[in-house]
Amino acid sequence: MPIPILMPALSPTMEEGTLAKWLVKEGDEVRSGDLIAEIETDKATMEVEAVDEGTVGKLLVAEGTEGVPVNETIAVILEEGEDASAAENVGSSTPAPKPAAQAETADQAKPVKAEAAPPKAAKSKPAGGRVFASPLAKRIAKDKGIDLSAITGSGPRGRIVKTDVEAAPKTAARAAGKAQASMSSIDARAFYEAETYDEIPLNSMRKTIARRLTQSKQEIPHYYLTIDCVLDELLKVRKHLNAEGADAGVKLSVNDFIVRAAALALKKVPEANVSFADDALLQHHHSDVGIAVALEGGLITPIIRRADEKGLAEISAEAKELAARARDKKLSPAEFEGGSFSVSNLGMFGIKNFTAVINPPQAAIMAVGAGEPRPIIVDGEVKAATVMTVTLSCDHRAIDGALGAQLLAAFKSYIEYPPSMLL
Amino acid sequence: MAEKSYDVVVVGSGPGGYVAAIRASQLGLKAAVVERSEIGGICLNWGCIPTKALLRSAEIYHNIERAEEFGLKVEGLSFDGTKIVERSRAVAGQLSQGVQFLLKKNKVDVIVGNGSLSGKGKIKVEADGKATEISAKNIILATGARARTLPGLEPDGDTIWSYREAMVPKSIPKSVLVIGSGAIGIEFASFYKTFGADVTVVELLDRVLPVEDEEISAFAAKSFKKQGMNLLTGAKVTDLKKSKTGVTATIDIGGKTETLKAEKVISAVGITGNIEDIGLEKAGVKTDRGHVTVNEWCETSVPNVYAIGDLVGPPWLAHKASHEGVMVAERIAGVKTVHPMDASKIPGCTYCHPQVASVGMTEAAAKDAGHDVKVGRFPFIGNGKAIALGEAEGLIKTVFDAKTGELLGAHMVGAEVTELIQGYTIARQLETTEADLMATVFPHPTLSEMMHESVLDAFGRALHI
Repeated sequence: MPIPILMPALSPTMEEGTLAKWLVKEGDEVRSGDLIAEIETDKATMEVEAVDEGTVGKLLVAEGTEGVPVNETIAVILEEGEDASAAENVGSSTPAPKPAAQAETADQAKPVKAEAAPPKAAKSKPAGGRVFASPLAKRIAKDKGIDLSAITGSGPRGRIVKTDVEAAPKTAARAAGKAQASMSSIDARAFYEAETYDEIPLNSMRKTIARRLTQSKQEIPHYYLTIDCVLDELLKVRKHLNAEGADAGVKLSVNDFIVRAAALALKKVPEANVSFADDALLQHHHSDVGIAVALEGGLITPIIRRADEKGLAEISAEAKELAARARDKKLSPAEFEGGSFSVSNLGMFGIKNFTAVINPPQAAIMAVGAGEPRPIIVDGEVKAATVMTVTLSCDHRAIDGALGAQLLAAFKSYIEYPPSMLL
Repeated sequence: MAEKSYDVVVVGSGPGGYVAAIRASQLGLKAAVVERSEIGGICLNWGCIPTKALLRSAEIYHNIERAEEFGLKVEGLSFDGTKIVERSRAVAGQLSQGVQFLLKKNKVDVIVGNGSLSGKGKIKVEADGKATEISAKNIILATGARARTLPGLEPDGDTIWSYREAMVPKSIPKSVLVIGSGAIGIEFASFYKTFGADVTVVELLDRVLPVEDEEISAFAAKSFKKQGMNLLTGAKVTDLKKSKTGVTATIDIGGKTETLKAEKVISAVGITGNIEDIGLEKAGVKTDRGHVTVNEWCETSVPNVYAIGDLVGPPWLAHKASHEGVMVAERIAGVKTVHPMDASKIPGCTYCHPQVASVGMTEAAAKDAGHDVKVGRFPFIGNGKAIALGEAEGLIKTVFDAKTGELLGAHMVGAEVTELIQGYTIARQLETTEADLMATVFPHPTLSEMMHESVLDAFGRALHI
């Protein structure tokens, strides 16, 4: 029987992807492990590998096709002795991406999975309040892995009913096609003459940023805490360590210290190392700290796992390596999803102070400004010092003000006296 | 005098029309109903209600016949056909009065006459040879339907009856030939059988109550036969000869020809929409095979002209018409939460003995639609209340989607099932799964416990069987 190759779900939030490139052509022989295609998802480009061997019978989705729904048949592999006409049948028998049909196809045939194992799906629970949905809608959503909180209900008082869930992939696709109708109630096009602007279609990363951050600001009660940190001691230590480690290729950035200090602060104030899960707080065992990395056309937050257990050099090397791969869009979802905290640093652009939007399911993010010479008062006297302002955005559902302040104070103490990071 | 103008004018005051007008008025729209005959339409005057009154007489009569079973002694039991019909008419009259009161209370104008479309936003009302014109921003056509007639079977008011004559018999005939075994045919068959007529039912399809689940229709057929009803399925009346004493019918039963004599014939071969004389052609409203063509919002091919109820096609049920009336009125008023009607959530009831009721898909339909099904059954014989009532004959069947646990359909035959079906209808409307139905506490001792058991049975968990 011809083996259908399905659009893989590379992350728990992935609903569709772009078939960026075919790495095989019809008639090619493939063996298990051979790369078949490149898929561009929300945030990364992934390669799809074959798990069965055979001949590529038919490529059903053209290169560059956007918005290919997860589980749609994208190609057919023929087993030994089968000819191309068998592929035709598979192609025509699995046409439109009807959700029900997809599920069946997935059951019947072994889908080709991406080699990069999808990260253990964090249970997608609504980030906001209670979601009203019919029992049937809930069950269908659960079976199909659809996040109910992302669906608008059409039943009485906005209750989500069966048809809403069944239409969910379609709605998502439609919304994505037309500037996310559900997100923006203002039609920007209405305000400008058509000739006065260029229309740049949203890529999948931009769509994800728009959706997730809108959701974050709508659902998470943000509040902000700002503190100044004197950096002179840190800069001295950094200079010293960099000089000593130059031969070994060590080149620590201020940001590496910030990541380590944040990780240790989370360890010291574990009540602040949490995620809000509706009916519970998830208090994390490790300090997984995300670093916001600007990319062309968007940004991504790769995560340094267990940063509290890693030394500065290790953090530094890992951060560089992750950032480089992020810019090449080569991160796997496991490397940028989850995490318990993020650091966003705009100091290199001379920004003095800013606030950042929390990256769910995290409960806090630190916005780091530039370290700059400022007058400070020590023992009643004005002195020059290098000062950096950081602003912590907290999810008030999970972290109250005093707790956020404790976390920030711990961070400040590590930053201002780096030897304490050795303890 | 300036012509009257309305936000909504409804043509026809049946359960679709009067409900649409009341709802429109509740929503602040100026509404009127145009009615050429009785307020309340067929349902109240010549359909649902008066037949229920007749069948109630039959039920009580039947129960008294069984008096000894219950330790009661009744002697000299007899009936007065005229009084039975009189009561039925009185009931219809009372309800028609009630609807007139409701319309008045809701400030809906009632305009007597034959209403027809007469130009954009205009309705011509003709009464007593005079015509007046009223204007309406929105028009709802709710003129209903009438019995379909087959050539050679045209009701003559004497030996060949439609539902209308069958409802007001001068006496109970000795023998009745019922043509068609849908709800209307079977209800009359049941009524006349109870009062002692020899009843033969001729059905073209291979089973009686053909829209019901096969198992239910087989169960009902068995019960009808036990009562002495003659059921001819896969059969067709090919010739009908009238004589002074009745008719001689030639019936083709699967290729074999039989003749049968009957005093009266009841033709119940379906209904056809009242699409004539309401100005459809002139206005450009499209029709198809006797019914007005509408979309899911009951919009016709002409803007601001809606059509609801029997006029637009099956299921020919009063509650479907009422629901559509409410939907259209709300849509006109701009209510945001209004949804098109989902036919799979409309229950159907037949008041024969035993009663039949259902909602959603039959087992066969569910399988045809590609569902992997789980089917539950619970017989009345396993229910304490049913046995206490002396109504141990019946069955409750449920059909679930095995994957999602959706209640796809429920099908019942037996005492009072027409009152029970709403439980499953609510379940379908709220999209419960088997889990919610299993978790629901059903009162003991009631017939409704069987609804619980049928669900449990579908998942191999029935307790009392």
